[in-house]
Amino acid sequence: MNSIFSMSRKDVITFLIFSAVVLLMPIWLQPFGAAYPDLMQKFAIFGILAIGFNILFGLTGYLSFGHAAFLGAGSYAAVWTFKLFSMNPIPALIFAVIIAGLFALAIGYVSLRRSGIYFSILTLAFAQMSYNLAYSVLTPVTYGETGLQLALDDPRIADAAFGGGSDVALPVSNLFGMVNMNGIPGFYFCAIFLIIGFFITQRIFASPFGMMLRAIKSNQNRMSYTGFNTRPYTLTAFVISGMYAGLAGGLMAVTDPLAGAERMQWTASGEIVLMTILGGVGTLIGPVVGAWLIKYFENIFSSFNENVLHNLFAFLPEGIEKFVVEVTSMFVGEGWHLTLGLVFVLVVTFLPGGMMEGYRRIVDMFQKKDDGDGKASTKSDAATAPAE
Amino acid sequence: MTTNNENIVLHVADVHKTFGGLHALSDIDLQIEEGKTHAIIGPNGAGKSTLLNVVVGRLAPTRGAVVFDGQVLTGKQPHEINQVGVARVFQTPEIFPDLTVLQNVMIPALAKRDGDFKLNFLSSLEDEVEIREEAEHMLEDVGMKASKDMFASSLSRGDKRRMELAMCLMQHPRLLLLDEPTAGMSRHDTNTTIDLLKKIKERGMTKVIIEHDMHVVFSLADKISVLAGGRIIAEGTPEEVRNNPKVQEAYLGGAH
Repeated sequence: MNSIFSMSRKDVITFLIFSAVVLLMPIWLQPFGAAYPDLMQKFAIFGILAIGFNILFGLTGYLSFGHAAFLGAGSYAAVWTFKLFSMNPIPALIFAVIIAGLFALAIGYVSLRRSGIYFSILTLAFAQMSYNLAYSVLTPVTYGETGLQLALDDPRIADAAFGGGSDVALPVSNLFGMVNMNGIPGFYFCAIFLIIGFFITQRIFASPFGMMLRAIKSNQNRMSYTGFNTRPYTLTAFVISGMYAGLAGGLMAVTDPLAGAERMQWTASGEIVLMTILGGVGTLIGPVVGAWLIKYFENIFSSFNENVLHNLFAFLPEGIEKFVVEVTSMFVGEGWHLTLGLVFVLVVTFLPGGMMEGYRRIVDMFQKKDDGDGKASTKSDAATAPAE
Repeated sequence: MTTNNENIVLHVADVHKTFGGLHALSDIDLQIEEGKTHAIIGPNGAGKSTLLNVVVGRLAPTRGAVVFDGQVLTGKQPHEINQVGVARVFQTPEIFPDLTVLQNVMIPALAKRDGDFKLNFLSSLEDEVEIREEAEHMLEDVGMKASKDMFASSLSRGDKRRMELAMCLMQHPRLLLLDEPTAGMSRHDTNTTIDLLKKIKERGMTKVIIEHDMHVVFSLADKISVLAGGRIIAEGTPEEVRNNPKVQEAYLGGAH
């Protein structure tokens, strides 16, 4: 513990570049047509979700199929804090993270008694249980199908005590009455948490704790015969990643104060897995990249309609234009899932290490130019193996 | 039963192990003296590995108990058994294939401090200078320093075994169990390993070795137990065992 902030040079550079990329999103996303606050908030929130998930899946190898439960728990907790306590996002987020952490502790405690596919099924079962409970028995807490929303007559005791808030319109979450949490300020609020979350992940990856988690993934038997009690390690990783999901869920509520049960559905859990695999399991940046890609596809490709396509291909002769629009329209709009599916299949088949492996291969290709080809292959094999 | 209990570090007391109707181990009573190298030999299927599995907690004995330094190990978890000072080299190397050789050797050294759990995610691996240096020394001792940054998965089978031995030695265990430590090694590597094991003996570490290679057994063992059909059929110094007609019949076939 001699230096809390001792980081390797490489880590510092990665951190600075990452922060810059996140903070400059409103600028560099312009040419992609993605620089609007709603989408950028999603980039930040799902980035947090994916890097948290990666602490569990990437480091310990335990594949949870129920992380959406923690996302949902975080959202409900945050909205309840808004309703009962204050529209300030800070207490809402603290409460969201704590509730999600407790959820993860309970679910992880039971699920981690099994490994491999049985673990995945257990987490899936717990998440679906949470989802169904939110729709049925827990309606007084979750407001079932309508979802949990703010109301004019909410007590908001802290806000009331300080005389804040008006009686005519629904309040917006704000930081001490100063900054409203929608639009660009909302994005920056989320972005700061993404950067903090990334920093903590970096520390975990470079720490002895992180190495223990990797060792568990690599050979849990050897860990036991080496004197390690592996259960507390895997449970801690599970709870940490659940807390990240809770934070993401809380931020969703901060930027848009409502919570619905569909956030806990298994498709939402599956999406988190997709993001992580697409970007690169076990890498630092991969999951964030995966999250951004999927959210970009979801928002941009799904908004393409035939009119847009007709404009895009207007330069082609009449008959061909019609044909091209017919074909491409299958991949956009409602069909964006098809595009996502194809991209996923291609990545998993040709780049099992995700987008980050593709990046590494390109870097290797340029570095090996002068080495000659002989030893290049063995070296790049070794380079793809580490979960950095 | 001998009475010089002070020198006995491991006592396998009247252990039986059955799998269904199969008697894998029967009436095993084994006493290992502190600081000695005790070899267990016997034909394939004699129950040698089963015996080690009972000692390290991978298998629970059907009857009987394992006592290490006055503590009953039977019923303890494998990590608890390791923490009292028992380390094991497996027949097929149990290593961390996705980590580097240096990391493989560092982890066992961290077990004493972090084994029961430590959430030290704010400190950096780079700060573990002492353990890193110790691990580098150890790799030098086993002649693997050059490959310290390689991934363990890319090592040859012989190197994996040597690394696993180095991993166990990093823990300075009181009792080291070796399941065929030289299988799959070249003659040269086998001799290096024998030298290394002799060196450990000078430091007073107790060892139990299962081995097929009689060259290894006779150059290391102080005492030999011969296992056949799940029973100990002979026990004694290498000389005694070599000349025991029962052993020659059951195992050595007169060849040695």
